[in-house]
Amino acid sequence: MRVGVITFPGSLDDRDAQRAIRLAGAEPVALWHGEHDLHGVDAIVLPGGFSYGDYLRCGAIAARSPIMAEVIDAANAGMPVLGICNGFQILVESHLLPGGLIHNDHGNFICRDQKLRVENASTAWTNAFTDGQEITIPLKNGEGGYIANDETLDRLEGEGLVAFRYLDGNPNGSLRDIAGLTNARGNVVGLMPHPEHAVEPGFGPDTDIAMRSGIDGLAFFRSVLESSLSRA
Amino acid sequence: MPIIVVEVMPKPELLDPAGKAVAGTLNRLGKGEFSGVRIGKRIELHVDGDVTDAVLADVRELADELLSNSVIEDVVSITVADEVTA
Repeated sequence: MRVGVITFPGSLDDRDAQRAIRLAGAEPVALWHGEHDLHGVDAIVLPGGFSYGDYLRCGAIAARSPIMAEVIDAANAGMPVLGICNGFQILVESHLLPGGLIHNDHGNFICRDQKLRVENASTAWTNAFTDGQEITIPLKNGEGGYIANDETLDRLEGEGLVAFRYLDGNPNGSLRDIAGLTNARGNVVGLMPHPEHAVEPGFGPDTDIAMRSGIDGLAFFRSVLESSLSRA
Repeated sequence: MPIIVVEVMPKPELLDPAGKAVAGTLNRLGKGEFSGVRIGKRIELHVDGDVTDAVLADVRELADELLSNSVIEDVVSITVADEVTA
């Protein structure tokens, strides 16, 4: 399986995402924002960072970059697309996921290991988890406050489209503790925390067993492999 | 409650990276009729009480000393609106 990782000007977690894909057993493919070519990949990751300086609004300009036309078409045709942090903001600005992301309510950039509950384990990017599973992966952002109107929030909850919720304290004022979303089809998933930084023992969050041994993020990338094998 | 609106723009001769990024996007979207974009700030000061000459004088000073940096920005307008709009 080939998983594309798009590099935008200002992306900074693209290499980590490529590494996570490799560790999960798939082949990472570097894609460039300025092209209209997905190079035949089977899935796409929009990585974290600060695309185009995040001018205007976070992810707003990246959402209109050349390659996003192909990404939006592919997502609408069912290709798995994962947006991490700035990638989540790009998905929201592309209207592939609803709502918006604003400055953290406390006004500070936050960087910490964050506990989450997997609320929907039947998406292309979460099927290696179980519903309700608690995981810990790093969170690092300044504008991670998820907002949407009440009607949208009620619909997301009612249709099971909240993919991840913050546990042990809301880190940024996100409404209903929402950390990540899926679309109805389950192929497009976006979240603020960073699974690609928790994929290898020695470099992940601390666990009860050992320092930096947390690899809860690996299951995101194994999930997409699994979903492609079950489709084949 | 009256508000005083202060508008601040980056100086015309200086690079405005945000405006330039948006201009590039407009061009990519085929909106070639817009040759340039500059992005500034609109600052709303909510006033408790009447907007007197003294308050306005105060705002003019604040606009120059705090709300803008005269090295890189210009205060382009200071206006009074009757109602808080949002």
